[in-house]
Amino acid sequence: MADHAKSVAQMSPGETAVIAGFISQELSNKLLEMGFLPGSVVKYNFRAPFGDPICVTVSGYDITLRLEEAATISIL
Amino acid sequence: MKRLKVALAGKPNSGKSSLFNQLTGLNQKTGNFPGVTVDKKTGTSRLDENTLAEIIDLPGIYSLYPRSLDEKIVAEIFSDRRNNYFPNKVVLVADTTNLQSSLLLLTQLIDLRLPTVLVLNMLDLAAKSGQSIDVIKLSQHLDLPVVLVNARTGQGIQELKKVLAADIPVSKQKIYSLDKEIIPAVDATKLHFQLQSNYEAYQYLQQVENLSFLKNEDKAFISSLAQQYEFFPGKYQGAETIIRYQYIQDLLSKVVLITAGTEWKRFSYRIDKVLTHKVWGYLIFFLILFLIFQSIFAWAQAPMDFIDSTFANLSNLLSDVFPEGPFFDLITQGIIPGIGGILIFVPQIAILFAFIAVLEETGYMSRVVFLMDKIMRKFGMSGKSVVPLISGWACAIPAIMATRTIENWKDRLITIFVTPLMSCSARLPVYAILVALIIPEDKLFGFFNFQGIALMGLYLLGFLAAITSAMVMKWIVKANERSYLIMELPTYRMPKWSNVGLTIVSKTRTFVFEAGKIILAVSIVLWVLASYGPAEQMNKAESVIDAQIKNNKVAANQRESLLMAYRLEHSYAGIIGKSIEPIIAPLGYDWKIGIALITSFAAREVFVGTMATIYSVGNTEDQTTIKSRLRAEINPDTGGPRFTTATGLSLLVFYTFAMQCMSTLAIVKRETNGWKWPTIQLVYMTALAYISALIVYQFFS
Repeated sequence: MADHAKSVAQMSPGETAVIAGFISQELSNKLLEMGFLPGSVVKYNFRAPFGDPICVTVSGYDITLRLEEAATISIL
Repeated sequence: MKRLKVALAGKPNSGKSSLFNQLTGLNQKTGNFPGVTVDKKTGTSRLDENTLAEIIDLPGIYSLYPRSLDEKIVAEIFSDRRNNYFPNKVVLVADTTNLQSSLLLLTQLIDLRLPTVLVLNMLDLAAKSGQSIDVIKLSQHLDLPVVLVNARTGQGIQELKKVLAADIPVSKQKIYSLDKEIIPAVDATKLHFQLQSNYEAYQYLQQVENLSFLKNEDKAFISSLAQQYEFFPGKYQGAETIIRYQYIQDLLSKVVLITAGTEWKRFSYRIDKVLTHKVWGYLIFFLILFLIFQSIFAWAQAPMDFIDSTFANLSNLLSDVFPEGPFFDLITQGIIPGIGGILIFVPQIAILFAFIAVLEETGYMSRVVFLMDKIMRKFGMSGKSVVPLISGWACAIPAIMATRTIENWKDRLITIFVTPLMSCSARLPVYAILVALIIPEDKLFGFFNFQGIALMGLYLLGFLAAITSAMVMKWIVKANERSYLIMELPTYRMPKWSNVGLTIVSKTRTFVFEAGKIILAVSIVLWVLASYGPAEQMNKAESVIDAQIKNNKVAANQRESLLMAYRLEHSYAGIIGKSIEPIIAPLGYDWKIGIALITSFAAREVFVGTMATIYSVGNTEDQTTIKSRLRAEINPDTGGPRFTTATGLSLLVFYTFAMQCMSTLAIVKRETNGWKWPTIQLVYMTALAYISALIVYQFFS
């Protein structure tokens, strides 16, 4: 994966993108189980008042995750 | 009568608890799984005339691979056929509005060869979303029964019972084929442990560290196999999840006739715009906190007074009826007040859990986590620490048990460590009497009551101590795993009131039995210490007091209460209180306060009762009498009042910080698996209390 690959952490409210893969092996299993599947669409809904965590929609439901975790999900 | 065990499994927010409540009603009990500290909810349900089912409500999980303590138990039960809770049948509860992630666990259960029923729950929401599913086709493809249920209204429950009472054949589907490199290890494991399915054997290899029923030699056997075949736990896990989701997506593309729209969630998003707003979000959260606070103290007062007077009356009544003797004294003065001392907290705890249950049912609690996570992380905790900390205002015991949802060990440990610093309801009677004693009843600007402000200040002080301690812990405790927050934000819903009611009942019951047995045991020990002493002194009690009465030193009508005070002074507790006087003198306390400190070691609320006895007030009901008696007490060294502002403030600070609760220590021991953390906690909080009280006293005197 190239350095300039974008991650979910860099998206802005309302934006949608397709999940490409994961940067962290440690978190990928959990993220996969929660429905962050490569190839599926992720939508950035809104962020918490201090900018972190964020709320995204994936696989038809809303999930909150921290920017740290969002940064491990690369998108196209 | 045929008996069988049925387990309810499914992801969080799938309406599992509602279904459990529908099936069991009030026939449920909470307890712990043996050896681990996970809440176990079981209940019985009559399926038909001759079948009785024991229903087990398992913690909500997305898959068999666990992350938190709660989740481990599920993997453990499903992979151990000798486990007492190993079910004959499994009900997989799916959130119909979100089938994809609900079915992940189902595919694993199918591979484990467990007879499973799929329940499509939350049909009302699914209908709103416009989703349409071919249920017959779904059932055919999965090769297992599918039942439509609305657990909130009870629709479909009878049908589910009928299906459960009948035979459920194991689905013939094979969803995940193991990687062929691992097959020899799986075969060897399956043979060695006499397992029924390959996937079960595979779970042994994947989760060797999580399955506590495996003996050390079993683990060694598995580990050597893993080494031989270059396998390590976690290998293939991502691939497995992807394959399972491919199967699910393929399945859903065949059975979902109309996919769900997003229109139905619009209302929920609109609420989120307000509730997670940077100004309104926090404002509303603090308003809710204020409301909880207000109701714990205002609404709980009447039932608490009632419980208090009922037990006092019962005690008096029985001591009139019983003949004299140490055994009957133990009952009327030790056991009955002990039980009363536990039950008196029930109203506050019930109200607190009513609020928490409503906030959880509506989906608001996950927004609190969302709102507070960033702030809490600065203090070494997580957004999920907010609920335990709030619960700490009522009682640290349920609060510490509520930390089980925190996945990360460090976050959880810090939360457990600082929660007892939150001013629990047992501190309130102590605060009330001391604040009334030293703070004038005047009003600031004719509006704010000084005593009220002081009381609020004490709660704030406890809270500040909690978060500062957390911040310090953050630097000291080493993290052994990465902290993360990945959590569903459920759609807002109206709470289901019967669920709220059942939560209150079960949480209160847990408190009464968990804390109760320890408070009772310790209060009996303390009663003995406070009632018995070296015989020569104790036997002299009556002659000494009578001599004082004869010499007109004291009034004859106070004989009884003077006797009690004399006996307490010369009891073992009194001797200990006197012997610690040199240690507590720098804090502004004398031996009388020392006795109160000793007796409140197990439960701090005992302070008021002890003070009443030692100052021979006689009637402990009468707060004004205690107050005026304390106010009149003279310090022989200074000739001034004993309870100066300095002593009062020092005592208040001491009670705010000190760990005077045996039940909390016992719970911390259980939750952290050892004496290390409760010991550190006890030493830390006592030191904090002592040093702060010392500074306060020296500063103000």
